[in-house]
Amino acid sequence: MKGYRRYFLNKLAWFLVTLIVGFLLNFILPRMMPGDPVALIVSHMAQGQSNASGVQAIYQQYAELFGTNQPMYVQFFIYLKNVARGDFGFSFSQYPRSVADVLSASIWWTICLQFPAIIVGWLVGNTLGALAAYLKGGFDKVLMPLSIFISNLPAFGMAVILMVIFGVNLKWFPTSGGYGFDLIPTLSLQFMWSVIVHYQLPFWSIVLIAIGGQAIGMRSMSIYELNADYVKYSRFLGIKDNKIVMYVFRNAMLPQITGLALSVGTMVGGALVAEIVFSYPGLGSTLLNAVMGQDYPLLSAATLIVTLMVLTANFAIEIIYGFIDPRIKAAQAD
Amino acid sequence: MKHTLQQIFRSPNFVIGFAIFMALILFVFIYPLVVPDAPLAIIAQGTFFPPGTYVSVYDSLGSTQYTLNLQNASAARIGSKVSDTDKAAIKDYLVLVGVPEGQIDLTDTQKLLEQWKTNYDPNKNISGVTNAKRNQFIRLNTSLQNANSDQGIVLASQDPTSGALTQTGTVKLTDYVDINQIASAKVLPLGTDNFGRDVLTELVSATKVSLQIGFVAGLIATLIGLTLGLLAGYIGGMLDDIIMFITNLFTVIPSFVLLILISFSIGQDQRGAVTIAVVIGFTSWVWTARAVRSQVISLRNRDHVNLSKLSGHSIVHIILSDILPYIASYVVMAFILQISSGILAEAGLSILGLGPRTTDVPTLGLMMNWAMIYQAHILGKWWAYFPILLDIALITFSLNLMNTGLDQVFNPALRD
Repeated sequence: MKGYRRYFLNKLAWFLVTLIVGFLLNFILPRMMPGDPVALIVSHMAQGQSNASGVQAIYQQYAELFGTNQPMYVQFFIYLKNVARGDFGFSFSQYPRSVADVLSASIWWTICLQFPAIIVGWLVGNTLGALAAYLKGGFDKVLMPLSIFISNLPAFGMAVILMVIFGVNLKWFPTSGGYGFDLIPTLSLQFMWSVIVHYQLPFWSIVLIAIGGQAIGMRSMSIYELNADYVKYSRFLGIKDNKIVMYVFRNAMLPQITGLALSVGTMVGGALVAEIVFSYPGLGSTLLNAVMGQDYPLLSAATLIVTLMVLTANFAIEIIYGFIDPRIKAAQAD
Repeated sequence: MKHTLQQIFRSPNFVIGFAIFMALILFVFIYPLVVPDAPLAIIAQGTFFPPGTYVSVYDSLGSTQYTLNLQNASAARIGSKVSDTDKAAIKDYLVLVGVPEGQIDLTDTQKLLEQWKTNYDPNKNISGVTNAKRNQFIRLNTSLQNANSDQGIVLASQDPTSGALTQTGTVKLTDYVDINQIASAKVLPLGTDNFGRDVLTELVSATKVSLQIGFVAGLIATLIGLTLGLLAGYIGGMLDDIIMFITNLFTVIPSFVLLILISFSIGQDQRGAVTIAVVIGFTSWVWTARAVRSQVISLRNRDHVNLSKLSGHSIVHIILSDILPYIASYVVMAFILQISSGILAEAGLSILGLGPRTTDVPTLGLMMNWAMIYQAHILGKWWAYFPILLDIALITFSLNLMNTGLDQVFNPALRD
């Protein structure tokens, strides 16, 4: 267990470092561009806002919040202090709601949609890929081109296709929103059912895309493992096929777990765009609103949250990987 | 080299992918020669005209008229004028006046109209029918009579001073014009989009721009990745640590977020297609760098490299002639994938409203964005979004197929 602690501490340190860098980038990138962000903000506000006192309030708020007259590092610490308190300021496009308020309303939709979808897609995709490698023949010939084609569709493409078929033409599922527009979020049965029904299309569009990508990766991994020396040796020893296949899958699975850790960022990015297609009330739509409303504080906070989510997912996968991979186990036991 | 190419072109995956990709490229280059219209020119007044051939009504009246006696012409004409709601209303009425439901066939318009003619009586008072409903039947009757008329239309011109109409000609039901003789006709194979632009012309132009974006982004990403990978892998030491630290950072920090932040900061007016391509390139080199580095490390201590070192060749020479040839196949494959992911990244950004500025060139992502904003998918205007999706899918599919084919050639373990 002592060895494991080193592994975890190492991963934790790495998580913190990436988090700090992600945070820094989130702060620096918008400020590296020519022009003063606050001046930009104010000019955008002046266009959209009709509420004069609202404009004044936001202006005051941001002059204070950003501290634009002070040097960069002071601005950074002001930003840091505010973020640590969960204070991202007011949202321009949805004034007088605060950014934290807007985000806390949307983040759970995204987590509850994407987390299960990516996991399910990963599991099903790996099973199919492994089966394709093992069974070969017709199954492989059908599944592979199909997987390649599906995984090459962008997630929003799959979303549009599913929506047109099942939402617009067959009318089995609603086409937009996270719940019926005539309902108010409560714990009633009707509301729950509405959420479940609205959940299906976004969920399956993310799952299908994930299946395609994972199946391809798992297939090549499994083929590679099936040709490995230990498999041939086990065959010579007369070990049953089922047992060999189990070993092969376990070994092929390991790189797939790392693969998931590395691709989770891309997957989340694609899924966020898919959310937009369905006007799902998650972070994707929030990002879109932020862009459309030139809502800088909202965008900045939303990207920070997405970064945090992806980094946490990564960290979690690394930790799980540490328990599963026998090599790490062996190395830590010394 | 020749042998490798032969081998590559024997891989069915590669050949299919290559054929699709080349067909797309050819189409992109040949189409503008045939249809030289500006891709963003707004030609239609209104949104989402369905695909078809659009013939000038005015010109068709002036062109030579031929008489054709076609059997099914009148049936088709009436059928096109009687809508499904009209048919349902006819059925309602027929049921009300006591025609057995079994005798009413909604698919046979001709028979339905005859039944209407024999049964309809405007003066008849049916119990239980509201006045509004009765008026609806009267209106229906008038419109059906118009549809069924066999009289033709009189053409008249107006005297500019007195305003009096003088007959200049008639159009009979049996008059036809030859579409080839009409002065002005426009084929819109994919209709028009929400702004009234020709979708096909726009799509071809968008495909070209998106391919360019993918190419530039892929080139930049591959060059950065290759350089960093070679440096880290071959020189090693401190430099390797630094490069790997940066690479590992950007592997986990989602490039999508960086793309959003940078594109948003650049601002709508400054974002051209090339800018977007460069930004995408600068955020997607990580994979290439990692893979190149690990390959270079495994090559670094091979005999031929050591021999080259002993012979006193410079680092540049060793990298160029002893290492690059071994990883060239991989770099090409990575480049192909980078093109495809660059195109997808642009599309994703554009849907978020962070794509290239909308005024100079269309891209696949922008077209998709417009179609989504104007809800083409919900309104059932398939021509405004489906060809774009198909186009994106074909590009990325063909590129990936080529990649898979190359992989099978250069990676013998994957061969069947």
